[in-house]
Amino acid sequence: MNSPDLLYSDVEEDLRASVRALLTDRADAAAVLARTESTEPYDLGLWRTLAADLGAAGLMVPESLGGHGASARETAVVLEELGRSVAPVPFLGSAVLATAALLPTGDELLSPLASGELTAALAVPLTTAPGSPFPATVRADGTLTGQVRTVADASAAATFVVPAVSTSDGPGLYAVDSSAATVTEVVPLDLTRRIADVTFSGATARPIVLGPAAESALDSALSTAAGLLASEQTGLAEWALTETVTYLKGRYQFGRPVGGFQSLKHRLANLYTELVNARATARYAADALAGGYDVPIAVAVAQARAAPVAVHATEEAVQLHGGIGMTWEHPLHLYLKRAKSDELAFGTPGRHRTRLAELVDLPG
Amino acid sequence: MTALQDQVAEFLAAHDPKTLPRLDFLRARFDAGLAWVYFPPGLGGQAAPRAEQAGVDAAFAEAGAPDNQPGRNTIGLGMAGPTILAFGTDEQRKRHLRPLWTGEEVWCQLFSEPGAGSDLAALATRAVRDGDDWVVTGQKVWTSGAHNAQWAILVTRTDPDVPKHQGMTYFLCDMTAPGIEVRPLRQITGEAEFNEVFLTEVRIPDAHRLGAVGEGWKVAQTTLMNERVSIGAVAQPREGGMLGVLTKTWRERPELRTPQLRDRLVQLWVEAESLRLAGDRLRQQLTAGAPGPEGSAMKVAFAELNQKLSGLEIELLGEEGLRYDDWTLRRPESVDFTGREAGYRYLRAKGNSIEGGTSEVLRNIISERVLGLPSEPRVDKDVAWKDLPR
Ligand SMILES: Cc1cc2nc3c(=O)[nH]c(=O)nc-3n(C[C@H](O)[C@H](O)[C@H](O)COP(=O)(O)OP(=O)(O)OC[C@H]3O[C@@H](n4cnc5c(N)ncnc54)[C@H](O)[C@@H]3O)c2cc1C
Repeated sequence: MNSPDLLYSDVEEDLRASVRALLTDRADAAAVLARTESTEPYDLGLWRTLAADLGAAGLMVPESLGGHGASARETAVVLEELGRSVAPVPFLGSAVLATAALLPTGDELLSPLASGELTAALAVPLTTAPGSPFPATVRADGTLTGQVRTVADASAAATFVVPAVSTSDGPGLYAVDSSAATVTEVVPLDLTRRIADVTFSGATARPIVLGPAAESALDSALSTAAGLLASEQTGLAEWALTETVTYLKGRYQFGRPVGGFQSLKHRLANLYTELVNARATARYAADALAGGYDVPIAVAVAQARAAPVAVHATEEAVQLHGGIGMTWEHPLHLYLKRAKSDELAFGTPGRHRTRLAELVDLPG
Repeated sequence: MTALQDQVAEFLAAHDPKTLPRLDFLRARFDAGLAWVYFPPGLGGQAAPRAEQAGVDAAFAEAGAPDNQPGRNTIGLGMAGPTILAFGTDEQRKRHLRPLWTGEEVWCQLFSEPGAGSDLAALATRAVRDGDDWVVTGQKVWTSGAHNAQWAILVTRTDPDVPKHQGMTYFLCDMTAPGIEVRPLRQITGEAEFNEVFLTEVRIPDAHRLGAVGEGWKVAQTTLMNERVSIGAVAQPREGGMLGVLTKTWRERPELRTPQLRDRLVQLWVEAESLRLAGDRLRQQLTAGAPGPEGSAMKVAFAELNQKLSGLEIELLGEEGLRYDDWTLRRPESVDFTGREAGYRYLRAKGNSIEGGTSEVLRNIISERVLGLPSEPRVDKDVAWKDLPR
């Protein structure tokens, strides 16, 4: 029997401390908010420091392929911190999705990805759930043609990893230079994670892997991303709860801190309870992904649990802040928008419950 | 195999569970430090990480070894044991922990009173010093399993002239002592799992005091923190507890299924699995120390989940859900939340959000002691207990 390690190791806590220090320094609320309205929605300087100097981009990549030989557990800790700060960096798209898709292939792109020299994106709609059929919106016949909508972190990518189908080889993953694609940013609900429609019209492409191996590489990427997203969601919920507790301790009405009113205390106690549960599922998913055991169930449970908790925590935060919570100026809305978008990312909670019912044999 | 599992294997080789009498086997297991492995050496354990306990229990169960019937002595194992460990003298620990663990001595909890429930610190049962003894008089209520118990953990008022939290003292009380009367109290399930307990000039030797005079509140806090974890964070396999009962019915009875019930079932499956993992996580953290207020969140979630699961079970059963197995008043030997039938489970689960601290009180504890929010304005803090309105 596996005995999962659900705690954070000392090494993971050290990594957390460095990431948090960096984000506190370079991505405070004012800076993140200001960037959402600038012409450069990604903070590429910060991304370089995080990916290359702190080595966050190469955590899941083995040392033999140019990475740091850590695992999904450490990557999860980075995502927790990114959730706490909603810093605008393409970590999910590049260091998680694209990297996880390439990992089983050992492709040459892994080394520059791991070192932070290269930023890539996996060309799938952000809503694609693990276990979905291989996408067929792009045809591969010598060159690539077709469109993929709502690709996360596409506008920061120099290379796309594109799932496409060809008549002769069936499903495949292809590498395409971003200059060979048309990237049209859409106006996103989540202001700190950009999405774009990506169009290929006879784009030059290098096959990475073809056939069933391509299908399993894609599914493993989606599974990894869905499982690790639960850590980002845990970070979002934790930030929302902590911020709200702090605010309510200092906000006086009726001659008392409003945080002393029981109806509010009980709502916060409920959020705390939800957070404890969400964190346990997120840690379990990270440990399962790192150890390669029980992955499908661990991922489905983590998404079914952590996604609604992040939404609930950020929604409660808006309500309990009163008028301030409704303002553009307060960073809360960035977390709400992220949490709600994350609920759709890699499958909704309902979708994961349906999958889970099959996995654990609860027939309809 | 871990070292502990080697020890279990060695122990089983030397003590055949098929031939050795049950109590001899359990006593030997205690003496080998394989009872509660996270307890200190000499007291049934070997100071191992708490997370190892489940593996040890599983290894014994697999070998067909008798267990200590934890359902008969939940209060002893979950609450009295850890409190005696934390506050007991060497003599008290040596005297009580072994028969407690083996189940030779069953414990009950004499805390709640008619005038002191959520506000436990308001309790009125008086203990007055008389030579080497204390003389105790008062009434306790909702005392689970008092009819089976040889011993009780008891909190009393020893000084009415100071504010309520300061004037209490904690005792280990022999339930067979003269002056103790136990009367059944019937529950909504029909049975009488709990009781009223009347104490009339019961003599308790000072040697049975746990902790210092006036420090009863502090000692009781340890009991209560342990109680919340022992109810809310039981180590379980996936689909253990109430969920397992429900999924079994679901799989065996296709005619009962609807899409709407299925989605609710899967939602609860997810909640149960996440609570199970949160319990594992808490136990991994607990290796370092005794449970803190964080454990309250486990109990709140557990109560809500059990109530939702047992409610769903009745709906799932349809017409059968209209029936009840037996309303006869009995005084059960043990407590099993998942025992008997659906109607019983549904009704018994209602107690989960009341016993061991109501969910409202636990939310106060989480918000004040974990999140640090301001406490309610208190009218009772600096007033001598005897002057409180009641
Ligand atoms: C099945 C069962 C077994 C039990 N076994 C034992 C036992 O073995 N030994 C023992 O000592 N006790 C036992 N109890 C008693 C239990 O601990 C008490 O019932 C519980 O602490 C609540 O106290 P009360 O019944 O006096 O309710 P009250 O304290 O009168 O509460 C009434 C209502 O008011 C709410 N309330 C009270 N204070 C607050 C507050 N500050 N803020 C918000 N809401 C509040 C409560 O949540 C509750 O909803 C048992 C109870 C049950 C149901």
